[in-house]
Amino acid sequence: MKHTLAVLVENRPGVLTHISGLISRRAFNIESIAAGYTEESETTRITVVVEADDLELEQVVNQLSKLVDVIKITDLTGIDAIHRELALIKVKASSETRSDIVDIVDIFRAKIVDVNRETMVIELTGEETKIDALCEVLADHGIIEIVRTGKVALSRGPVPAKDL
Amino acid sequence: MKITGAEAIVESLKNEGVKVIFGYPGGAVLTLYDALYAANYPHILTRHEQGAVHAADGYARVTGDVGVVMATSGPGATNLVTGIATAYMDSIPLVLITGQVAVSLIGRDSFQEADIRGITTPITKHNYLVKKAEQLPRVIKEAFFIARTGRPGPVVVDVAKDVFAAELDYSYPEKVELRGYHPLWAGDEAVLGQVVDEMSRARRPLFFVGGGVNLSRTAEEVRALAERTGFPLILSLMGLGTVPSAYPRNFGLVGMHGTYAANMATTECDLLIGLGVRFDDRVTGLLQHFAPKAKVIHFDVDPAEVNKNVRTDIRVLGDLKWSLPALLRRLDPAETAEWGEKIAPWLRLLEEWQKENPLTYERRDDVIMPQAVIETVSDLTGGEALVVTDVGQNQMWTAQFYRFKHPGSWLTSGGLGTMGYGLPAGLGAQVGCPEKHVVVFAGDGGIMMNCQEFDTIAKFGLPVKVIILNNQVLGMVAQWQRMFYGGRYAHTDLSGRTDFVKLAEAMGVPALRITEPEGLRETLERVLAMPGPAVLEVRIPSDEDVLPMVPGGARLDQMVMGGR
Ligand SMILES: Cc1ncc(C[n+]2csc(CCOP(=O)(O)OP(=O)(O)O)c2C)c(N)n1
Ligand SMILES: [Mg+2]
Repeated sequence: MKHTLAVLVENRPGVLTHISGLISRRAFNIESIAAGYTEESETTRITVVVEADDLELEQVVNQLSKLVDVIKITDLTGIDAIHRELALIKVKASSETRSDIVDIVDIFRAKIVDVNRETMVIELTGEETKIDALCEVLADHGIIEIVRTGKVALSRGPVPAKDL
Repeated sequence: MKITGAEAIVESLKNEGVKVIFGYPGGAVLTLYDALYAANYPHILTRHEQGAVHAADGYARVTGDVGVVMATSGPGATNLVTGIATAYMDSIPLVLITGQVAVSLIGRDSFQEADIRGITTPITKHNYLVKKAEQLPRVIKEAFFIARTGRPGPVVVDVAKDVFAAELDYSYPEKVELRGYHPLWAGDEAVLGQVVDEMSRARRPLFFVGGGVNLSRTAEEVRALAERTGFPLILSLMGLGTVPSAYPRNFGLVGMHGTYAANMATTECDLLIGLGVRFDDRVTGLLQHFAPKAKVIHFDVDPAEVNKNVRTDIRVLGDLKWSLPALLRRLDPAETAEWGEKIAPWLRLLEEWQKENPLTYERRDDVIMPQAVIETVSDLTGGEALVVTDVGQNQMWTAQFYRFKHPGSWLTSGGLGTMGYGLPAGLGAQVGCPEKHVVVFAGDGGIMMNCQEFDTIAKFGLPVKVIILNNQVLGMVAQWQRMFYGGRYAHTDLSGRTDFVKLAEAMGVPALRITEPEGLRETLERVLAMPGPAVLEVRIPSDEDVLPMVPGGARLDQMVMGGR
């Protein structure tokens, strides 16, 4: 099963090496990893999506927790939380196909962020499955490139992950 | 007070109570070494950086203090790698201070630049690169704290060359503040109730004692538990010495070269209580069939060890110094007194196994048997020596045939199995315990991997006794080739010209050789009685196996037995 972990770490050089090194060394099945600054300048928050059964998950959490720079790990999987990913998709778009693509973009509530004679760049924020679905539909038009951020997640309600 | 970075390091080491440094200088640490010179700081110059780190490791194992190492950038630092990995696998506390190229040169493939932080990330408990002198006091304080607390381990502090010369306002922090590091001490008391319930239910209970007991210095608590419960014990390689070999319910080493009784006990027990163990594959054999009839209780300080290899039914997390006394307090003597009867048949079974299949070997009088060498040294030292081994057959024979008396008296590279460990580790052990007898057992292969340290023990007059069991082969590998590769001895023949006696003497260590069983005891006695360092080369047969043996991928009860 897939688990989404919020990993709070010290904002120090080498932290990401320690984390990614550990993940590959212990052969954990990580699907995505997204890091960024937080409300505290000293803290970086990493959202890790891992495919693991209960025993494997226990190992992932325990091993990551052992890293000195890892402050706290919260499993957001069973918790009411907002899961989002951002994707930029560059798709072939001629004058004939452009309006068709605009329709698709509307249906998905995506945004067109760049247009030229041959291509369009579409921006979509949403859950993974929604992005997958858009990519599938756009594939008919010819996708030139895709970039995705990897998932980030935040619990609903007043309590931050560090206190969950 | 304004001082230089190098002086700040020296001051910090003083603050940590560091008595001696093992190291090797070079360009990037010239300023640091100059500060050592000025402070007249005790320092052992080994003849190779690998020697320095194993020596610090040996020192840490016998003293319980953090071992301290210094080396220069690039090749100096990379020469430490094997020793760091060795210490990491066996959870030995070390702080290693390496020089790095100057800040402005980092990342440019500068002369003698190696990213030692990146290289050592998977083999350290934590590591640092210091680019600003002001950070030094905090970093050194943290490094020692991290190395020694919780589950101990090595910490690397890489310091850019110009930081040693830069000035800072020095004050050593009183406290460590690390948001992400809170070593466990006390765990959940309530779970101990469940442990006692299981213990009182068990008909075939077994304590499995590991290196964690050595590290946490809880051998006495384990002894008290064994006394109170009457339960039998088995030991991992790293757990040797925690319970005396002569202790009546100690059934010895478990695993690949474990005793018949210990391996059968593991297979047949209904309750296995692991104390400071990590269920290494050399212990478990085929994992799916390990302790198949048992509930498993795991006592450890490291939560990540639980369920890593073996499925645990009850975990008791926390320092053994907390959990073992707490368990003891819960064991009501009136109740435990009644356990004796219910486990009596189990103990009888174990004793039968031991009697029918003891550790044994063919007692020949035409050649010197390695096991006889170990037994004789055991006898002559009365189990009072600090016993250090290299890796291979020599290591396993020592584990099997030396009669240990004291915790902390056994030093071996258990987790990594590092050839070349023995001599430098013995050197460090002798520095840590000058009054103790240090005996190193090594093979003819492994001794060559750090034989340069003969020079160091001679120079510092360290009375380490090195016994080279010379079978003229890479014995342990040759044994596998004999047993599993149809006797095709691919590159394990070491027979050559090396004269170990001359080798040792060339570096100032008196040496003897013995080739016939005649006079073995007297020769060993003579060597052990020498006032300074000494080497004895013992010629042993090339084809003697370490037995019993659980072949790789087999179950613990599928031992190949030995002894004729
Ligand atoms: C650094 C290192 N290289 C290789 C090995 C693999 N290895 C394990 S035991 C062994 C043979 C050791 O031979 P020797 O030192 O003569 O000891 P013996 O087994 O003969 O007692 C080898 C090569 C190792 N453990 N460590
Ligand atoms: Mg050999």
